[in-house]
This record gives sequence, C-alpha cells and structure tokens, in this order.
Amino acid sequence: MSVPLTLLGLLEREPSHGYDLKRDYDAFFGRGKPLPFGQVYSTLSRLARDGKVVISDVAPGSGPDRKRYIITDVGATEVEQWLTQPVDPEPHLQTVLFAKVVLALMLDRPAAEYLDTQRSAHLHRMRELTEIKRAGSLVDALLADHGLYHLEADLRWIEMTGARLDALRKEVRR
Amino acid sequence: MSVVIEARDVEFSFGQTPALRGASLAVDAGEIVAVMGPSGSGKSTLLHCLAGILVPDSGEILFDGAKVHAMAETERSSLRRDRFGFVFQFGQLVPELTAAENVALPMLLSGVRRTEALRRAYTWFERLGLDGMQQRRSGELSGGQAQRVALARGLVAEPQVLFADEPTGALDSLTGEQVMDLLVGAAREQGTTVILVTHEARIAAYADREVMVRDGRVNAPDRIAS
Repeated sequence: MSVPLTLLGLLEREPSHGYDLKRDYDAFFGRGKPLPFGQVYSTLSRLARDGKVVISDVAPGSGPDRKRYIITDVGATEVEQWLTQPVDPEPHLQTVLFAKVVLALMLDRPAAEYLDTQRSAHLHRMRELTEIKRAGSLVDALLADHGLYHLEADLRWIEMTGARLDALRKEVRR
Repeated sequence: MSVVIEARDVEFSFGQTPALRGASLAVDAGEIVAVMGPSGSGKSTLLHCLAGILVPDSGEILFDGAKVHAMAETERSSLRRDRFGFVFQFGQLVPELTAAENVALPMLLSGVRRTEALRRAYTWFERLGLDGMQQRRSGELSGGQAQRVALARGLVAEPQVLFADEPTGALDSLTGEQVMDLLVGAAREQGTTVILVTHEARIAAYADREVMVRDGRVNAPDRIAS
C-alpha cells in the first residue's frame, strides 16, 4: 500500500485536514493497522514540499490539524498515472515455499507432508477471511476476496507441485 | 460435540477398480466438513457411502449409532428421505413441478399433507431471496436460482445431515459464494451437519474444517487452533 499516493487520492476527492485523512485512511485501507498521526503529517509535509499538495486556510490556534490540504495539478496527475498503471504481476518464483519444497527433496525430507501442512495453514487462513467476508461490510468482503484469491492461487500451486513431487525429486537430486 | 456420522475403514470398488481403500471419517453433530481431493480420489464415493446410497464392500458406516452398512435398502431409503438432505452439482429439480413443489417434495414423500408441505416450502423462498419464484418451473430459473431451490429442498425437512456434492460446481464464482453463504447460514441456524464435497478451496473455506481424500484414503489434518 502506497501511503503517499493513497492520501493524495483521498485529497483528490476533497480538500481535507490531516485528522480527516487519517480517519478515512484507517476506515478504508487501515484494516486493523491504523496510520500513525506522525506518518500522516510527515507524508503531507513531503507532498507539500514536492508541490503535490498546498496548504490553505490555516485556522487560528496551534497544532498541525489546523491545516487544510488541497491537491495540486501535479498531485492529481500522479494519482491518475498511478491508478492507470497496472501493478507489477510478480511471478513469486523464489518464494519461501518453493525453496522449502526443493530443499526438502534435495535433503530427502518429507516434502509432501510439508505441502500438506502448508495447505492446512492456507485453508485455515481462508476460513478466517471467509468469516470476515460473511460478517463484514462490502469493503471488508472485497479485501478478504483479494486475500482469498491469492491464497487459492498458492493452493493450486501446492496441488500441482504435490502431484509432481516424484518427477521434481529426480530433477533436483541429479 | 458428539459424532453423528462416521465411516470406519471403508473399502469400496467399482468392479475391479478400488475407489475407497480404508477411508475413515468422523463428523460431529452440527459440524460443517469439506471433503476435498483431486478428481478420482474417492471423495464422492465416500459421500455416497456415508449417505447410504452405496454399501461399502467392507468397513462400517454409523449414523447416530445405527449401522447403515448393515441396513436393508428400504431402511436406507427411509433414512435418506427422513434424516438426510441432498444438494448436487446440478440442482436436479423435477422439471414438471413448480419450484415450490420441488421444495415440498421431500415432505410430500414423507407423508406430510400437501397444504402443510407447501406452506413450509413457501417460507424458504423469502429466506433464500427467491420471493416470486414459487410457481416457476426449473426451466424458468437461472442456475443460481435453481441451485437455491435445490438447497431449500435439501434443508426444508430439517435433516440431521445435509450431503452437498459440488453444490456450486456449475455456478459462477459470485453466485456460488452466495449459495454457500445461504447454505452455511441456514445449516447453522437449524444445527444441520453438512458434509460438503468440493475441489474448490474457496468453497471449502466456508466449512469448519477440511479433510483430504487421496487414493481412497482420508487424510484429516490436525485441527489448527483458532
């Protein structure tokens, strides 16, 4: 999650104070990991320094929350570019799980059992996410689905790898 | 929790081809268990043995302490009609009957009066988001609607155990998950045990736990503490 770009995106919706930005960030994107106030204001300062936001109508009184931030054309262009560019489709070819399976086969350890344990752990997490999806809001469901589809992809890899362990063993132990 | 249904060391062959080679599984009352495994692993055969549709070559099937494997066909038939519910991949609704009559069917077969059976069937339509569909025939329903009707039919008689064999296999992802959400919600509400055969992890994730069937044997991983 890119915090600066997400805050910029929230500012494109409407000018906001730091406190409101943090509240919206936590509600939609925080998911149990709230953004520290310090990070909100340091990020906004950098965005202002780089000309992506400007500060308007500083209210009388003290404290950083008195500042209202407005996105600039530069900031809006960056948000537009970020939204339209696809996320790198990372192949994850060197995952921990891959390394464990290959090493287990090299060392004549029970790779199939490791895969079974991993499958159980994946399904356990998928049950948790499914419960969140069933009990939560549509935003919760959307986030849970993202996790579920990724875990499902891992599980498919686990199944395929499990079915090819004999062939893989021959290849890595040559 | 007490075990309501159990397979003990069950073996079953289709002719010379073994499908189950000593499969064992115990399911608690009210539990939702996903039976997973690759195609041809024996997961549907295990479900059919547990449900008394197939009789094992050896081993035992116990339901509520009764020996299902030793029952005569008429006795197993009564068990399936009165104590079990079923949902299959393709709803398998009776095309000549209306949706409401399809839902009422298990009760009609059990001797419940038609007006009472239909009254109880109607209560499920609103519950499953099917209001207004009562008089439609299966050809006039979408895949998701037909499967929800099949789900209502499987649960209307408040069975002790619902057997669901790939209940979302013919549906798109979103519709499939809606059906699972309704299935799990309704089963939990009435305390029905569910044995769910699926090869899809996202569908299995609706269950309380999963077991893997491989080469005709059940591998039940240790439960991971929540």
